[in-house]
Amino acid sequence: IDLTSHIIKVYLTLKVENLGTSPASEVHLAFSPAEAEHLAIVKAAATSGKRKKKTYIPLDVKSAELPDGPNGTKFFTVTLLTPLNKGETATLEVLYILTHSLEPFPVEITQSESQLVYFRDSAILLSPYHVKEQTTFIKTPSTRVESFTVVDPAKRAGTELKYGPYEDQPPYSYSPVLVHFENNNPFAVVEELEREIEISHWGNVQVTERYRLVHAGARHKGAFSRVEYQTRPDATGVSSFKHLLAKLPPRVHSVYYRDEIGNVSTSNLRTDYRKSELEFQPRYPLFGGWKSTFVIGYGLPLQDFLFESPDGRRYLNFTFGCPLTQTVVDKLILKVVLPEGSKDPTAVIPFQVDQHLEIKYSYLDVIGRTVVVLEKSNVVPEHNVPFQVYYTFNPIFMLAEPLMLSIAIFLFFVASVSYLHADLSIRK
Amino acid sequence: MNQRGKISSQTPQLQLHSPAPYHSLVFSISKSHSQTRPLRFSQPPLTLSGSQTLPAAVALPRLSPSPRLASTLGFTLNPRVASPPAPFSWPSMAASDAPNGDVLIRNAFGSVLAFLILLLIGVLAFSIRLFSVIKYESVIHEFDPYFNYRVTQFLTKNGIYDFWNWFDDRTWYPLGRVIGGTVYPGLTLTAGTLYWFLHSLNIPLSVETVCVFTAPIFSAFASWATFLLTKEVKGVGAGLTAAALLAMVPSYISRSVAGSYDNEAVAIFALIFTFYLYIKTLNTGSLFYATLNSLSYFYMVCSWGGYTFIINLIPMHVLLCIVTGRYSSRLYIAYAPLVVLGTLLAALVPVVGFNAVMTSEHFASFLVFIIIHVVALVYYIKGILSPKMFKVALALVVSIGLAVCCAMVAVIIALVASSPTKGWSGRSLSLLDPTYASKYIPIIASVSEHQPPTWPSYFMDINVLAFLIPAGIIACFSPLSDASLFAVLYIVLSVYFSGVMVRLMLVLAPAACILSGIALSQAFDVFTRSIKFQLPSLSDHSHIDARDASSENIVPDDTIKTDKSEDTPKERMTKRSKKKEKEPVEKPPTKFQIKKRLSVLPFEASIIAVILLVLLVAFYVVHCVWAAAEAYSAPSIVLTSHSNDGLHVFDDFREAYAWLSHNTDVDDKVASWWDYGYQTTAMANRTVIVDNNTWNNTHIATVGTAMSSPEKAAWEIFHSLDVKYVLVVFGGLVGYPSDDINKFLWMVRIGGGVFPHIKEPDYLRDGQYRIDSMATPTMLNCLMYKLSYYRFVETDGKAFDRVRRTEIGKKYFKLTHFEEVFTTHHWMVRIYKLKPPKNRIRGKNKKSKSKTSSTTTSKRKGTRRNPF
Repeated sequence: IDLTSHIIKVYLTLKVENLGTSPASEVHLAFSPAEAEHLAIVKAAATSGKRKKKTYIPLDVKSAELPDGPNGTKFFTVTLLTPLNKGETATLEVLYILTHSLEPFPVEITQSESQLVYFRDSAILLSPYHVKEQTTFIKTPSTRVESFTVVDPAKRAGTELKYGPYEDQPPYSYSPVLVHFENNNPFAVVEELEREIEISHWGNVQVTERYRLVHAGARHKGAFSRVEYQTRPDATGVSSFKHLLAKLPPRVHSVYYRDEIGNVSTSNLRTDYRKSELEFQPRYPLFGGWKSTFVIGYGLPLQDFLFESPDGRRYLNFTFGCPLTQTVVDKLILKVVLPEGSKDPTAVIPFQVDQHLEIKYSYLDVIGRTVVVLEKSNVVPEHNVPFQVYYTFNPIFMLAEPLMLSIAIFLFFVASVSYLHADLSIRK
Repeated sequence: MNQRGKISSQTPQLQLHSPAPYHSLVFSISKSHSQTRPLRFSQPPLTLSGSQTLPAAVALPRLSPSPRLASTLGFTLNPRVASPPAPFSWPSMAASDAPNGDVLIRNAFGSVLAFLILLLIGVLAFSIRLFSVIKYESVIHEFDPYFNYRVTQFLTKNGIYDFWNWFDDRTWYPLGRVIGGTVYPGLTLTAGTLYWFLHSLNIPLSVETVCVFTAPIFSAFASWATFLLTKEVKGVGAGLTAAALLAMVPSYISRSVAGSYDNEAVAIFALIFTFYLYIKTLNTGSLFYATLNSLSYFYMVCSWGGYTFIINLIPMHVLLCIVTGRYSSRLYIAYAPLVVLGTLLAALVPVVGFNAVMTSEHFASFLVFIIIHVVALVYYIKGILSPKMFKVALALVVSIGLAVCCAMVAVIIALVASSPTKGWSGRSLSLLDPTYASKYIPIIASVSEHQPPTWPSYFMDINVLAFLIPAGIIACFSPLSDASLFAVLYIVLSVYFSGVMVRLMLVLAPAACILSGIALSQAFDVFTRSIKFQLPSLSDHSHIDARDASSENIVPDDTIKTDKSEDTPKERMTKRSKKKEKEPVEKPPTKFQIKKRLSVLPFEASIIAVILLVLLVAFYVVHCVWAAAEAYSAPSIVLTSHSNDGLHVFDDFREAYAWLSHNTDVDDKVASWWDYGYQTTAMANRTVIVDNNTWNNTHIATVGTAMSSPEKAAWEIFHSLDVKYVLVVFGGLVGYPSDDINKFLWMVRIGGGVFPHIKEPDYLRDGQYRIDSMATPTMLNCLMYKLSYYRFVETDGKAFDRVRRTEIGKKYFKLTHFEEVFTTHHWMVRIYKLKPPKNRIRGKNKKSKSKTSSTTTSKRKGTRRNPF
């Protein structure tokens, strides 16, 4: 269990053995309701080979219902590549990510204090199966651990806590532990992120990202003294953050960073041929509970993202998720604005999202542009995977607006000419 | 009724009132060449067909497009005219058609050229104002524009009816403000309409973008309106020159750069356009234009409080016309509908309402309205009666008229006397009596733009125009028409007003441009004509050669142009305007031609003069571009400074406002000096106690008192006002001079004006305002001092204030009733929170009170306390 940032990563290495008689093709993972609520993503992979030459084959993970789960336990099902016969074993790597699972305590801190958080979990893996042997390692960001629940055998070494090994635990055994430790990593949470990707067949993909950022750590209490913040940067405001880093695609151009009252002048863009990095500061350093909103926008060359599929349809290949590093997005709304006149949009995404269509009117639109809206809550950096939006588009629509404009201007001139030549006076 | 009829019907009137016959002709020509053109062309063929026996050679030169050629015919034979061999009538008709067509084409070419030049002037006016967007960003500037921006946001979001009924509870807490009834809605409605129009075309520009670019768009309109106005006064050439000058006059740029979203941006256009329509009505006598004039006046009333300038200037002009015997029915048509319709329309604007008839600013117009009726009656009676009868009637009319006048004057005087400020608003009174504000209303005197300007600011704001104005006035007097009389009156009045308030330099700018445009175009006209008459090559060449020569004539100037590449549009403009000038010249009869030829200047002198004029104009252009780029484009909410290691950006204001807007409760009240009220409501969306609309002096004085009181008393005042946060602007760390400490004396003065226990001398040591160790204890204990310098000493150990260039007097102190909650990166804005009231504070309270009374000399013995 990796607790170094506010995004908790849990790596499970499971060695499963089929003790039953019939071949088993699925493995169930169990999560407590609290965990299930904060669960962002579950990934599983089958490993084979020895240490150095490990190969990972991603496996299908589905949410599942099991009838005999106690206390609202939620299940996920991992489908194995090949069903396990009796007595066979397989090794699985499972990664799941929890957000909002670190509870700051004390809830409010002053500028000079550092941030302490609680982490609650079970020392014993919650599992529908009989667990032969299990060990839990908890990695904390610093050596400062105020307290931790001792479930023998448990020991602490440096930044690592070790629980176990525990042997022969029955199914659904649970042993709550509480770790109270220091975590001064920025708890940057984007409450809502709206990404709008507008495709123009004239050669540009315009991305606009509206952020509502909050520091979700321990709330700031009392005064904020700039003099202390400036003169003793190490000792004050350690849990606050002022820099954010966004990883943008390469060949990005016309980047802007502003909020509702104008440009924010503190940003820095580094580009190379593989990626672009935008380092920026919010208007003020964010302490616990402080909020900020801003907009980042940029343009991208169309040919990097738009392709034609073999069946003649076009598709946009873009990255889902939030470009900010180390942030949790509570609610992500991703809008793909297709050019006017495009039809039959379908989105292909490797995980479950809410989809619906909208109509947007932009520059001189008559029939409006189709917008594919994808919504997902609890998004973590692991969701930054490519997705595709397929649609059909007739290039003749590209000419609609220029034609409209030229006709309007032409009509204007015709009207002026006819007005100048017509004699409208009653008396000759 | 078409144009032709109008012009012909007015000509006799003109001759009636202007004795010189040629004068009237010139006047009607210079007034509007485009309208008289049909008339002009219909004439020559008529004369030709009527007198076919005339030799073609005699008839043709009169039709020839170039008057110079016509005059030069006296010495040499025009080859082209000589060439038609046939003495009979048909070829001569054909020959006469050819130049006639040539004139047509040339006139068409001329108006297309003028149109293109105007278009370019519009583009110039728009683009010279974009320096702020390019150098900084597309953002609303300064203070008042933020209020207008906020109102526009409300308008576009909630619609026009909610806008009229909008009661704003975010400001003047706890009083609030009725926005719909107290703003001049012209600007917001204009931008709102623009926004709706764009959105109906599905052009999704934000309200902010529309607001930012409203001012540049309207400056383009204003320069076109200047063209129209000057054209009415002195012809197309002067019009184009004046429009080009106005497009980049720094005084106007300062108020209309992109982002400067203030009333003046729209109002200057409305002002000039109203004047144009007035002059147009005066020249044509058309009721159509008179109605348009009232509508334009209505728009002006909607836009700016400066409309009183119009409603006083036009009556003055009318009066002047009557006194100098220039009364005509056109004057009546230009004036009477304006007063009636204009006043009715003005009363429709909620912020004006009955002020349109009740306040003294408008009485002049009513008085003149009566006078013009009396005069009209006199003229009418004079027209229908025999001279003998007239004398009898005159006595009757004068006595009745006097009686009516006396009655009206008595009513007016009674009305005026009944109001405390004699019916004049404070700002108007300070215009009439420049010392009024500083004596009685510190709040008006405290605003920097209400100070009288200095001489350098004249040079900065209107530059070389200041030297051209006298020449323009002289040009207006030769010959003097109603329109040029108006121009003279306008400049005289606006010079006076601009001398009283630096803000009104803006009203001076159009007048200066118009007169300088007239002066420049007349000067160019005289000089280039002199050059042309004396060019030896010209005299014995054909018409086409003459044209070539005239273009050659421009070539030397073109080389000058290339030297200063940025001047080219302007110079081209003046050159072309000069070309346009030929048109009125070509029309006058030969008698006038000869008269003109006599006023020829020496060849060399003319060339030098033209070059000097071009240099002068070039200097003006350079200055304007510099002013637009450097002096007037800073948005004032973002400050930049250049140092060795590059550009530094001080974005502290927005940092603080963004912090307030995101990290305080939505209903929290923020107290600050009134300068920052508009910005706080617009950018931070928090309720403020006072703002830049200084309508309630007592309320402002309360805040001023709190700022000048010791901490405890200030806390009580703020707490009684439900204030949660106090915002101060402090420039001591980075050297930002217009901070609250520098404004502090005004707070003391305004506070002391209402609450007498605040006394200015308590804050001054020997009449000097200082914050160092010599400062008075009252000063060192007041809230403003404490909030500004709290923990300031910890930055450098010495607490050196870079604005006042001194070490502060009291370095180490603690705040007992306030706590610092936010300070921006460069310390320019500091926000404090009021500490919550403590329980059982009664005993302590008394103690601290007695303590403060012992330390501070200023005591609240005064009976007047803060009313809340």
